[in-house]
Formats: sequence, structure tokens, C-alpha cells
Amino acid sequence: MKYRLSNLRQLESESIYIMREIVAQFANPVLLYSVGKDSSVLVRLAQKAFYPGKIPFPLLHVDTGFKFKEMYEFRDKFTKSIDAKLIVFKHPSTYDETVNPYDLGTQKCCAILKTMALLDAIREGKYDAAIGGARRDEEKSRAKERIFSFRDKNGQWDPKNQRPELWNLYNGKINKGESIRAFPLSNWTELDIWQYIHLEKIPIVPLYFAKKRLMIVRDGQLIPIENKSKLLENETPQEVMSRFRTLGCSPCTGAIRSEASTLPLIIEEMMLARTSERSTRIIDHDAEGSMETKKREGYF
Amino acid sequence: MGKSFSPFNIDSYLKVSSEKSLLRFTTAGSVDDGKSTLIGRMLYDSKTLFEDHLSAIKKNPDNIDFAHLTDGLKAEREQGITIDVAYRYFSTPGRNYILADTPGHEQYTRNMATGASTADLAIILIDARKGVITQTKRHSFICSLLRISNFIIAINKMDLVDYSEAVFNKIKSEYQDFSATLDLHQIKFIPVSALFGDNIVTKSNKMPWYAGESILESLDNTFIGSGHNLLDFRFPVQLVSRPHHNFRGFCGQIASGRIKVGDKIVILPSMIKSAVQSIETFDGPLAEAFAPMSVTLTLDDEIDIGRGDMIVKKNNLPLSTNYFEAMLVWISNTPMVANSSYLLKHTSNSTKAVVGHLSYTIDINTLSRNLTPHLCMNEIGRVTISTHEKIFIDTYKTNRQTGSFILIDLLSNNTVAAGMIIEKIPQEDLFKRYKQIDIDAAQKVREIHPSERLVSKSAYEIKLKQQGKTLWFTGLSGAGKSTIGRLLEKKFFDEDRFAILLDGDNIRAHLNSDLGFSDADRSENIRRVAEVAKLFNSMGMIVITAFISPFAKDRLKAQEIIGADNFYEIYIDTPIDLCQKRDPKGLYKKAINGTIKEFTGISSSYEHPESPSFICSTQNCRPEESAMSIFQFYLEKL
Repeated sequence: MKYRLSNLRQLESESIYIMREIVAQFANPVLLYSVGKDSSVLVRLAQKAFYPGKIPFPLLHVDTGFKFKEMYEFRDKFTKSIDAKLIVFKHPSTYDETVNPYDLGTQKCCAILKTMALLDAIREGKYDAAIGGARRDEEKSRAKERIFSFRDKNGQWDPKNQRPELWNLYNGKINKGESIRAFPLSNWTELDIWQYIHLEKIPIVPLYFAKKRLMIVRDGQLIPIENKSKLLENETPQEVMSRFRTLGCSPCTGAIRSEASTLPLIIEEMMLARTSERSTRIIDHDAEGSMETKKREGYF
Repeated sequence: MGKSFSPFNIDSYLKVSSEKSLLRFTTAGSVDDGKSTLIGRMLYDSKTLFEDHLSAIKKNPDNIDFAHLTDGLKAEREQGITIDVAYRYFSTPGRNYILADTPGHEQYTRNMATGASTADLAIILIDARKGVITQTKRHSFICSLLRISNFIIAINKMDLVDYSEAVFNKIKSEYQDFSATLDLHQIKFIPVSALFGDNIVTKSNKMPWYAGESILESLDNTFIGSGHNLLDFRFPVQLVSRPHHNFRGFCGQIASGRIKVGDKIVILPSMIKSAVQSIETFDGPLAEAFAPMSVTLTLDDEIDIGRGDMIVKKNNLPLSTNYFEAMLVWISNTPMVANSSYLLKHTSNSTKAVVGHLSYTIDINTLSRNLTPHLCMNEIGRVTISTHEKIFIDTYKTNRQTGSFILIDLLSNNTVAAGMIIEKIPQEDLFKRYKQIDIDAAQKVREIHPSERLVSKSAYEIKLKQQGKTLWFTGLSGAGKSTIGRLLEKKFFDEDRFAILLDGDNIRAHLNSDLGFSDADRSENIRRVAEVAKLFNSMGMIVITAFISPFAKDRLKAQEIIGADNFYEIYIDTPIDLCQKRDPKGLYKKAINGTIKEFTGISSSYEHPESPSFICSTQNCRPEESAMSIFQFYLEKL
């Protein structure tokens, strides 16, 4: 017997350990389920952590109402198939016609439908720990995020005053009203995630796989036709062989041109990728440090 | 399907990839040593940088600002310093890397300790123009304290010293002189220019005098093993899994060692023994598991186990203790307050703890020891710690997982210190120290509020038709205490009375197995026995103790604990020459020839009782007669 774990199995074991610490240290944890591939991995790790028992916390989907149709279908089917408890939270503003990225701009829309909604959902559910699928390799400010990340009574993050995190001793002590965001996938890279999905045959939303889709081509970005997409003058949707590297709200998530219709092809594409995954997320580009600003305010 | 991809066999790729190892390392250097540039260069040159991250930092195409690539937070970009640990990820064909990029600025030393706590290797940067400076020493010391075993000393900015071999050699020897006092396992010196990429990924042609590896080659070639102790099985229970009545599993990550189905195990603190019935995982049961796997164990027996308990192997136990010594790195703005309490987190356990005596602090600039009353932010000190509940420890040196802990402030909930349990636990020193200072403080923090029982001693005594008294024997080794005690216990039984004999060797074999024969341990031995006697007395039982109990003050202490009303000092009076002649255990012989140290009557004193309750002279008596005389004494006293 070779007493060495591969990179992926080490990451897996660490994540299972974190999942169990969350359940042991908190009274009312919740998993923030975004329907994306990282969420799928997160859910699989939760299954592994508590096997043969069921996942002991609910999956919370903070729904902006702007997600892709295929995401909703996948969400309902997938959570049912694994017998998980799904809670869908829709902020009152999602029913307000005027709250949309076309009229408010992406920043304001996100602030309401994602950040505010998330904070309200956590407050309403009285969750003391929210498990997220964020990874440190995604973005600069996330590189400094703790695995147990403290949030004050207003859900705010103070990046200059984080609790030092040594060894694998995670400090989950909080007072009433405060909470912890926990990130079991902190040390995974995008490539690790894809390899793991392949190795473990984890179901993911079909939007990740390339096929011919109707797209608006604007400033080099591919904008999908969905959720009342607004065409500018002289624009006509065209069929483009494409896929999504990340899944967010359809108006704000661009696709990439891709032929990668299977996991092996996606992994190959990943390995050759020279553009990081969040670049198809329109929100990060508004201003330097925009992710950090959002995170301080409570965004994931 | 448009243009096709080149053939790519993911299965063979994954197979190769699954053999890939993971190396966690950290970097340390002073503010201007060019650390961020080095990291940026490593990431850039190993071709893992994404183009959009690059374009955000490229002010003009010829001058890439690598430092901005790694400084994530707004405040850092504004101040131009790195204030928090940032984690970076990259890979080579053979290895995946997690890099903890830690701040070099003085006030953020705590973050360096954080980065070092999970690292197997450290890269320490030295500016070739400045040589070994205070920061270098500080960083090296912290890395050695956190037991990183492999070091790469990157002597940077070689371009600014004309790639001079002499400069390199001078700094190398300076560092070797300084580091001789540190316990560094393996040190490699590499001359680099991060700015120009010399010896970062590939070998530079500007320093033909240097025959060694580049930084990346060195990282790839460093032998790490599993990074875990595979000898000592330690399984801190995180959670108990009871999905249905037929399954009771104990979830945890193996902190160290290996475990097989069928292995005999012991559960701490209960010391209950069992065997491993199965090792469960989502992917099916395993025959064997090892650190750092996360598994669920089931056992042959139904045993009550909870979070914080530890499953270990029968013949390989950690130390179960309330007291230990540790090095603390203080990481809070609020200084340490001696004799105050904190929450201590160790493996899956947490317990209240009192940080007692601060033996010394270490001046990490000179590595000298100072006696200071306080431990402040970024200072390192040696302390004694007493915990409310026992924890199961190894030394940090042998086991990073079970040798480390953190302290949490009870009010603010902040993590205030990182602790490493020290190799040597001089028990007597500890005892003396604690006896004075810490036990009182520990009592205070434990918030002990003894409650009245519902059944009184006298109620028991009425039921048992006897009075709960302690007959405290004292006398030399070989005086006949145990023999008489056994006969007396039997005599009471025959007379329908209930007595229990607490015999020296029996108690020392079990209850007090952690104690030796030093004066301090002898006192503690007596104290514990007195506490046990008191408990038995409180339910109306007669207690006979058979201990040498050579010191008057300890017998007095026992009398205090048990209560003067219930305590009878019985002097088993046998002259020492008769004891030596009897020598039933051959101990006098050993004491005389020096094999046994601190033997009462030979090398350690016996203080004769001044006014015992009863003197039982054995010189001309058979043991039965002696026992009978004490029985009579007991009856008379009622």
C-alpha cells in the first residue's frame, strides 16, 4: 500500500473535514447552492462527509429570477435525486419589474438581487454559518479569504481584520447575530474542480457543454438570448458553437466560443486556457477592486 | 462540429495527474526583498497566469509589475505593502503547489506564522545588497518554530551586484552562521534575479559559477513524503454519525498514522478498548486508511463516544494531560495576561485553559531569552498551560496535528495565540510550578460549583450500621502495612462491615500511574488518595490506606481533606532493620546498591508520627494479631 494521497484526494479529504467542522461547530448551517459546477462539487463533498447519513443542512438557492432555464431544471432534478432539502429564496425585489440589469446597471442590480437578498436570506433563516463554493484562485481578493470567514452583525467582511487561521484549527466562535462564511473549496483550482467532476461523474448543468446556441455578439462577448435580452440596433442573434465557463444571471454571463462538448474536451480546453474564468462575468470589470467592495458588503 | 481538437486522452492524463503530489510552501522576505516579484515571476514563467489578470497589471507591456499581481486587497495596493496571507496555486507536470504568500512587514509577523503552519517548505528571500538582516532571522526562526523542514534561501537582486559569486558566498556563510542555532532540516541556497527571471524557472546563463537547481527545479525535487506522521495513529472524533439505529460511526480526519480493520484501539479519555469493525466512506468500505484521509470508523462494541474524544491504538498512546508547556506566538493586539483563561482548541477538542507562568520570551532578533511579564503581539514565549479538561497531546516536533493548538479570547472570540507543545515536559518542575500558581487559577476558571448530594453521610451510616472512617496507615516499606490492611479488610467483612483497602502499589499501578517517586509526586499521590478516601467515607464506607506516607505535612494534608473527625493515623511501627530483613519486594537491596533512588529510610527520609491515633507495633506480633488490634481500636472509637 502506498501511503500517499494524490492532490485531488488531499483536497477532497480537507473539504470533508471542513464540512464536518461546520456541522460540529454551528447550530444552524446552510449551504449556498448556486446551481453551478462548484456547487455540484460542494454538494458531492457534503454527501461524502456525512455518508451514510443524509446531508444535515439545507441547500439555499438565492434566486434572482434571472438564471438560465436549464439551471432551474437542473436544480430541481438534481436536488431531488440526492434527497437534499432545497430552499429557494426570492427577494421581494425579484418581483419588481424595474429591478433588472438593463435599467439599473449590473452593479446596482447585483447589490439588490444578490448581496441584499443573500443577507436577508441568512438573517431570515437565522443561519449561523453559510457554506459557499468560492475558491481562492478565482480572484485577487479571494486569495486572502479565510476558510472560516467572520461576518459581523451586518454581514460585513473586514479584510484588514481577519482572524488568523493556523493549521486546520478553524475558529467558528461567534456571538448572536454574527455569522461565518465557510469555504470548503478554498484550495481547489478550476482545473481541480473539472478533474474531480470527471473522476467522480458529478452531474452538472448542460450549459457547461458546447453546443450551437443563439447568441448576441457584442464587444467580443457572447450574450445569450434568454430572460428578455435586449438587442441593440443592428444586432441580430446568431447561432454560435459555445458554452459557459461560469453560470450566473443570464443577462450578465457571457458564453465563450468553444467546441468542448464533453468533459475531456473541457479539461483540455481548461489546460490550454489563457483567460481566467471570471472574465466572462461582466460584474468584475466595473472598477479595480470591485470584487473586494462587493465582498465587504456581503457578496459571496 | 467545426474544427476538431487534437487527440487527448483524459484517462491517461488523469492517471498521470492522480500521481501528482501536493506541496504547500510559504515565502518570507522583508518589504523590499522582491518577494512579490519572485512569486509573480514564478507564476508567470510557469505559464499559469491568465491573460486578463495580466492585462490588469500591465501598465506598459515592457514593464510588468509582478508585485501587483499578488497584492490582492485595495489597502495593500494603496500602501504598496502586503498585509495579509494570500494563497496562490500553480502546478508543474509533477506537482501541484499551494503557496502561502506571507507578509514581510514587521507588524504582520503573525500572518507569517499562519502561512508557515501548513507549509512543508519555506522560501526565504534575501536582498543581495543587504545580506542577512533582522527580518531574515525573524522569518527563519518562525519557520523553524513551526517546524518547516526544508528551506530555500533565495538570494535575490543578483543583477544589482553584478551576479557576483563572492557576494553570494558571503551571504551564504552569514546565513549558515546564524542558522546553526536553528533546527533546520535542509537548506539550499540559490542566487536569483526575480526581476529578470534568473534561476527562477530555468537556470540562468549569467551565473555560470552556480551549478545548482533553479527555484522551481528545487521545489519539484524536494522530497516531502506524505507530509504526515504515519507512525502514531491519532483519530480525533469530529462527529458521531447515527443515520439509523443499526449504524454508529465516528467521523474524522486521520491526524496521523494508519488504521486497519480489526486493529485494537483505545478511546480517550474513557480508556475503553475495542477494535475497528469497518472503515466507511461514500465510495465504499476500506481495509486500511491513513493520514490525512477523512473516514468514518465503526467499532466492534457499542461505546459512547463524542466529539473531542480520540481513537488511538492500544500500544501507542498520546499523553493525556491537563498540564503542559508550550511555545506561544501571540497574535492579538491585546497582550497575554498570565493566569487568565482562554478557550483552547486542539484537534477536535475545545476546553477552557489557563495560561499560567510565562517562563521567558524569545527575542527573535537575537534569539536570546528574556524575562518579561507580558507577551505582546508578534512575540513568542514559553508558557505553562492548564486545561479544564484533559487533552490528548503529542509534542509538536513529533506530530504537527496533535502538537498544535490555538487560544481564543472568551469575550471577543478572536484567535489570540498559536501554540506548539514542547518536547520535554519536566513533570516535577511542572508540578511545583502549578501547585503554587495555577491550580488556584485553574479552579477559578473552571467555575466549579460543588453541589450538595441528596443522601447524606449519616443516612448511609444508618443504613450500613457503621461509621465511615479512614484508618490511615503509615510506616516504612516492609513494615507490613499491606499485609495487615488486607487482613483487616477481610476481618471487617467477616464482621458484616464494609471496608476498602487502598493499597500503595495498586493505586500507583492504575489511578496514579502518571506519578513517580519525587517528593512532589509523593505529595500528589497522597493528596489523591485522601480525596478518594473522603468519597468512600461520605457513603459510610470504612477506608484503610496502606501508603508509606513518609511526610508529616502530607499526612496532615490528608487529615485536612478527609476531616479530622474521620481520620485516624495508624502507625505501623516496625524497626528499619527488621523491614530490611523482611524486604518482601527486594527493594531495600536495590536501594542500598543504588538501583532505586529516593527510597524511604535509605535515601529519602521518613518522618515518624508525633502523636498517632494508634500505634501498632509488629515486632513481636503476627499480622493477624496486628489486624485484630486495629479492628478493636476501630470498635472502641465508635
